[in-house]
Amino acid sequence: MEERNFSDISYEQYLNENKLMGSRCKKCGVLYTPPRALCIKCYSSEMEWVEMKGDGKLSAFTCIAVGPPFMIDEGYDRNHLYCVGVVELDEGTRVDARIEGVDTNKPDTIKVGMPVSVEFLHRGEGEELMTYLAFKPA
Amino acid sequence: MLKKRKLGRGVAVVGAGMSRFGMFKDMDSKDLFVEAFREMLLSVDKGVDPNEIEALYLGNFSNDFFMHQAHWAPIISDLIGVTPKPATRTEGACASSALSFREGVFAIASGFYDMVLVGGVEEMSKCSTAEVAEGLALATVPYEGKVGFTFPGVFGVIGTSYFAKYGASREHLMNVTIKSHNNAPLNPKAQIPYSVRDLMNAKIERIKQKGRPLPQWKDEKDFLRDPSANPVVAWPMNLYDCCPISDGASCMLLVAEDIAKNFTDKPLYVAGIGQGSGRGFHAAKSLTSFEATINAAEEAYGMSGLKPEDIQFAEVHDCFSIAEIIHTEDLGFFKPGEGYKAVEEGLTRLDGPKPINTSGGLKSKGHPVGATGTSQLFEVWKQLRNEAGKRQVPNKNLRFGAAHNLGGTGGTCTFTILERR
Ligand SMILES: [Zn+2]
Repeated sequence: MEERNFSDISYEQYLNENKLMGSRCKKCGVLYTPPRALCIKCYSSEMEWVEMKGDGKLSAFTCIAVGPPFMIDEGYDRNHLYCVGVVELDEGTRVDARIEGVDTNKPDTIKVGMPVSVEFLHRGEGEELMTYLAFKPA
Repeated sequence: MLKKRKLGRGVAVVGAGMSRFGMFKDMDSKDLFVEAFREMLLSVDKGVDPNEIEALYLGNFSNDFFMHQAHWAPIISDLIGVTPKPATRTEGACASSALSFREGVFAIASGFYDMVLVGGVEEMSKCSTAEVAEGLALATVPYEGKVGFTFPGVFGVIGTSYFAKYGASREHLMNVTIKSHNNAPLNPKAQIPYSVRDLMNAKIERIKQKGRPLPQWKDEKDFLRDPSANPVVAWPMNLYDCCPISDGASCMLLVAEDIAKNFTDKPLYVAGIGQGSGRGFHAAKSLTSFEATINAAEEAYGMSGLKPEDIQFAEVHDCFSIAEIIHTEDLGFFKPGEGYKAVEEGLTRLDGPKPINTSGGLKSKGHPVGATGTSQLFEVWKQLRNEAGKRQVPNKNLRFGAAHNLGGTGGTCTFTILERR
């Protein structure tokens, strides 16, 4: 696994394998999610893969009524809102993700700061397999 | 850190024009730009020979997507008789024409040209709402778009983050919408020239005509609280928190400072000009601030030697209600976490101490994305020259006005300060 490029393509392949991965600069120690191939603090390209535990807290969210075509295809619309948000991982970095297991009709019940844990939403199979990074209340 | 950058030589604005903004079945991008260009020519007090224009810089975000036609700079150049002189397109999503203005300023400041035309155009209304949403989402950050973020969704996230951090609520966002819409009826070019109260009363009238039970809205806020009148788009962004879909064009004539008086006795001067870049939520410094705006402001304040309190009025990029609040904090007009209180206290009203979006803002003036940047500067031009009519800021001694333009989800932001001497 150490052979993979530190790229979005690798990041998504890992998601397909139920792994949330980041990259850490071997020189200065900064951690990045999603992974970066180039450290933007010290400009080193010596990176290593780090698997995130998958726990964090919800930094912010939104409940969307008018989504893009691929969300409409999943059955979401003005009467069935979906939630997406920003999660701050326990490791200190942030990721964008879908937020599952919350009541999107009552956004007031969704709390910024609440603990969440990772979930991998797989769609399609084989060559077509793709995975949404998601979190649900812990 | 303020950066003390200077232009190689001074640059002045001597003409400005703007088409009406709206959804036009019978007009396309070319018609709209000609409308703006003709107004610009008429606005040059002592007249100008269009043959003297040496280059065109044209902002356009995505007519490629919206109209299936790319490469707009030479199309517009031919239309207004600039061909075969250089025509360059600038793209910075919704900040595309603020970038054209900036490139024009640099071209003159460098000494290479003495007169250039800058502007922008966008034609969005021939697309369905879903297509427009898809087109705009092209300017989100890839990680965001991939998990289902829309443009309103990005600002929804900023909203929940701001609410949690500072204790604001949707009620405060409504103050922004009501304030901006109060200015719109005073702007003859506004797409939605109605106050929220006008819109509420019109809705009651339509319900009456259909013979349905009448809603019991006590006031504008009550109307905005009702999801049947103001449905969720991306909570906490509801319909009245979002700018409309628009067509439009705008342009400005820039010249070297030393020849400005040949064209008008009332030129405006570029006092400060700044730009910055930003990144997605995964890497952003803060979820309640745009680092691109902060960088743009530092450049513009640093160049001009001005402070936020010196800016007497401003247009800021209110693509969504929460955005206006954030920008007024990032630009230093109000402290972080106090922008929403300033709106509540009326400080940003037309007759307040710091009028914001006197044009009605993107929310009610309209937001044809590539045309917005220079249309904001058009408003600054009108105000500083005391030509804004009924929406004229009631301060007899206006000297400094500014425009803040944001592209995408904060990937490109600009801040431009104009001066009347
Ligand atoms: Zn490093």
